[in-house]
Amino acid sequence: MPRQFTPKVITANRLLEGDAVWFTTQDTWSGNIHDAEFLTDEAHADLRLLEAQAQAHVIAGAYLADAKQGDNGPEPTHFREAFRTRGPSNYPHGKQEQNHV
Amino acid sequence: MYKYNDFDEAFVRERVAQFRGQVERRIDGSLTEDEFKPLRLMNGLYLQLHAYMLRVAVPYGTLSSAQMDRLAHLAETYDKGYGHFTTRQNIQYNWPELKDVPDMLSDLADVGMHAIQTSGNTIRNVTADHFAGAAADEVADPRPVAELLRQWSTDHPEFQFLPRKFKIAITGAEDDRAVIKAHDIGLQLRRVDGTLGVRVIVGGGLGRTPMIGKVLRDFLPLEDLLPYTEAVVSVWNRLGRRDNKYKARIKITVHEHGIEEISRLVEDRFTAIKPGFSGVDQEILREIETQFAPPAFRNAPTDAYDAAYAADPLFRSWADTNLTAHRAEGYAIVSISLKKHGATPGDATADQMRVMADLARTYGHDELRVSHEQNIILPHVHKSDLPDLYAALRSADLATANIGLASDIIACPGMDYCALATARSIPIAQQIAERVEELKIEHEVGHLKIKISGCINACGHHHVGHIGILGLDRAGVENYQITLGGDGTQHAAIGERAGPGFAYDEIVPAIERLITGYLALREHEDETFIEAYRRLGAAPFKAILYPQEARDAA
Ligand code: HEM
Ligand code: SF4
Repeated sequence: MPRQFTPKVITANRLLEGDAVWFTTQDTWSGNIHDAEFLTDEAHADLRLLEAQAQAHVIAGAYLADAKQGDNGPEPTHFREAFRTRGPSNYPHGKQEQNHV
Repeated sequence: MYKYNDFDEAFVRERVAQFRGQVERRIDGSLTEDEFKPLRLMNGLYLQLHAYMLRVAVPYGTLSSAQMDRLAHLAETYDKGYGHFTTRQNIQYNWPELKDVPDMLSDLADVGMHAIQTSGNTIRNVTADHFAGAAADEVADPRPVAELLRQWSTDHPEFQFLPRKFKIAITGAEDDRAVIKAHDIGLQLRRVDGTLGVRVIVGGGLGRTPMIGKVLRDFLPLEDLLPYTEAVVSVWNRLGRRDNKYKARIKITVHEHGIEEISRLVEDRFTAIKPGFSGVDQEILREIETQFAPPAFRNAPTDAYDAAYAADPLFRSWADTNLTAHRAEGYAIVSISLKKHGATPGDATADQMRVMADLARTYGHDELRVSHEQNIILPHVHKSDLPDLYAALRSADLATANIGLASDIIACPGMDYCALATARSIPIAQQIAERVEELKIEHEVGHLKIKISGCINACGHHHVGHIGILGLDRAGVENYQITLGGDGTQHAAIGERAGPGFAYDEIVPAIERLITGYLALREHEDETFIEAYRRLGAAPFKAILYPQEARDAA
């Protein structure tokens, strides 16, 4: 039996600043994972990844990351991806500083 | 201190200009990330979890005050006001923006610094004993040799595309403070019957397959060092496994072919290439040596020190842990701890860097060192200046008296920054340090090395920690594996895995059990953790870590 596809979002780092960003349905990049396109179909996800990677002048290192649907939009399921939505734990730097969460 | 000659200067400027062009072309879209990545890595620029990271080399860990001031300037201007000193005697900036990096490199070039060969499959920054040129137990200052190796390896045409990175460490003392047995090549300067030579150790390394280096030549005449090193790298360059990056390091080559075979190949190669070394390298070495001449030590009474030591218990405690014997009478080596309890190991703010630079200027012959244990050293301070120096350190929050103790922890950036990490390491270090401070036990516990890595690459040297902690991802949850009995000195040993790993909220209590359990196990107050471990073996320590299993077995 083929392994079931777990839902994904596309994420990368912004070329100039290097911060984590997520790919939206509008083909733009958002600093908030809730804005990401939620991908539930494998073939569609692979296609969108190619489209995302084509924006090489905006981002670097795009990849598919596991996600789940939450109240405000997609959310990370793995702790690594969760850290990328916040920033480091030793200083209030990164996204947690910009978002004041 | 070594000063750039015109060639070094021109070379570094040229590299900055090249990289500026490459960054511009990446930003305007003419270079893809695949094309740009090897170029940025050649210049020490990584892309991590939340931002870019620039790794700046501090060759053999030696800095002048002006260079330290410049590091502070970079932290303030292009980063968030701090920098992270690493186990490879580098400094890493965690938040630069891509467009600023060429300016950062240009600012560094102004003070003779760069980020070249801090990354990639090249011969990396040569590391050295951080007490070099000052230690009482040293036969010779290893830094001139380190500088010779740096010049020889920088942009060496044969060695820009090695099978993998290659790391050399050097010491001039029997007491190994440079972890030479965990490097691709470890060098120890030795004097035998009045002649200076080198013990060459090869094939050490940590990472996925940790190995302790083996002696390749017990005593090599110093003048043969470059051809011999070139022979070693050249033999490995040919035999090294390029098919599998985990097997590409020389430790695997030595393991697969055996030290006898490697030795035979190296000696053959050495005989073949030696005639090509005309002795110019030795002239260069003589020239370099003059630049590392010791400072003019003064002869002065140490009464002020003795008085403060007798009168002030805080000063006494700091002096007892943070000072090391100097080879010049009346002098001491000062270790400034970047391990304040609860702080990030190895981090210093721009202000702290400036304070340390000023102190080096005022009291320390303008010299600072970065230690692989992520602390800063003032190698030459006259004892009479120590009370004033201590007061200045206190007001800059830099007077933590914990060198060599439980809270003097090495921790890699882990999953707070590093894209390769499988778990966090910094918060574990912070919590252990806070806990031992709450318990007020570290001075009683004494010498103890705790080292933490956030993945199997072992940047935090966990394999050679008396207590090593390795952060892993177990089914999507952080999990921490403990190794015991590792040692990074001349008695080098790889720690043994203690048993199943611990969850994020279990690891600090587990370490606390180990520390307090050791106190009950030791024979007398002077028996250190590692000595007790060697005497008793792993069993009683495992019983402390896993009390339930121990009961079940009983
Ligand atoms: C954050 C970016 C970093 C990356 C991407 C990185 C990557 C790596 C990798 C892939 C290895 C394994 C090499 C091998 O086994 O072939 C390694 C080893 C090592 N790194 Fe890092 N590292 C980073 C940061 C650091 C830091 C901050 C330090 C110093 C604290 C450091 C010091 C070392 C050391 C000492 C080793 C083990 C010695 C050896 O090469 O066998 N690295 N690193
Ligand atoms: S040990 Fe792993 S997590 Fe830590 S810095 Fe090295 S590569 Fe990153």
